[in-house]
Amino acid sequence: MIDPRVKAIEERLKDVKRIIPVVSGKGGVGKSLVSATLALILHNMGYKVGLLDLDFHGASAHVILNAEISELPQEDKGVLPPKVAGIEFMSIVFYSQDKATPLRGEEISDALIELMAITRWGALDFLIIDMPPGMGDQLLDILRFLKRGEFIVVATPSPLTLNVVQKLVSLLIEQKMIILGLIENMVRDRSILKEVAKEKKITYLGEVKFDHDIDRVIGNPPKLLETEFAKDMKKIVERVLGSRND
Amino acid sequence: MHEWALADGILKTALEFAKEHRAKSVKRVTIVLGELQDVEREIVEFALNEMKKGTFAENAEFSFEEEEAIFKCRNCGYTWKLKDVEGELNGEIREDIHFVPEVVHTFLSCPNCGSRDFEVVKGRGVYISEIVVEE
Repeated sequence: MIDPRVKAIEERLKDVKRIIPVVSGKGGVGKSLVSATLALILHNMGYKVGLLDLDFHGASAHVILNAEISELPQEDKGVLPPKVAGIEFMSIVFYSQDKATPLRGEEISDALIELMAITRWGALDFLIIDMPPGMGDQLLDILRFLKRGEFIVVATPSPLTLNVVQKLVSLLIEQKMIILGLIENMVRDRSILKEVAKEKKITYLGEVKFDHDIDRVIGNPPKLLETEFAKDMKKIVERVLGSRND
Repeated sequence: MHEWALADGILKTALEFAKEHRAKSVKRVTIVLGELQDVEREIVEFALNEMKKGTFAENAEFSFEEEEAIFKCRNCGYTWKLKDVEGELNGEIREDIHFVPEVVHTFLSCPNCGSRDFEVVKGRGVYISEIVVEE
């Protein structure tokens, strides 16, 4: 029994220049907001950008972008990701009607392979992937199928995060993955992750201050880009762009 | 037509298999179509016959087998078939499942105990059961 979809994945991504999975050890560190804002900023700078939400159980990129999900994406020898706020966007919510979709390991993997095999991304400069927290199925599949992924690790300055983020970074290094760097999100007074980056010899992409007003702009991409959060993210984007010739 | 995307994967897989085995050509590919995904066989066949032109699968024959969808509940062990519950799935839902069969867990639950923790034992989607090449 051979799965023909795996070969289709490479084909679907062949016109995508850079693939950036946004990962974290723990949940609730702001990965989806970082991913969506990163995509919006890059789009505003004139890049062609895609955003893929692979957090099947906690999908929220569509809420941040206020995506219209009641209609199925159009078909043309595959599925064309609809444009939302200028970004090509794909998420399982288009097919689950935004209802609970309880899935186990192999089912998660099957859904991920299916989505990646059928989605026809255009010629993109960047594909940002909003990953679920942890080191489960989606991360293992990304390590398997997207060897050229350039990882951004998001963490918060909490002692609870510290231990897990070290393990995640160690795993990515051991698996010889490209790590663009570490973003320290929700910083209130002092950052504690610079040391981790130094110790693991990865780039500290910068800190993002805790923004009390961020919840008010969820679902409003133009307003999101005016926040303090987005200002900090813009500095980080500059560093990401500087990490390779674009 | 996302059948084209699936056909593309089938052809690429067969070609790579032939290459790995240093074969001269691909003679036959048998494709299993699971009932749950409800892929249109005619479109897959048409797409394969279009895409094979100019490749070393040019003379390949594509045959299809259909596989009934069977589910088994992980909670109570009950087994059932898609046709037993077809009335619960309207056209819109069938279309959602057509694209990503795993969303069946969104729309169906075990007819016996109501759990959504069930396994698709057979007939999920598309796979290749046989590739015959000429050495």
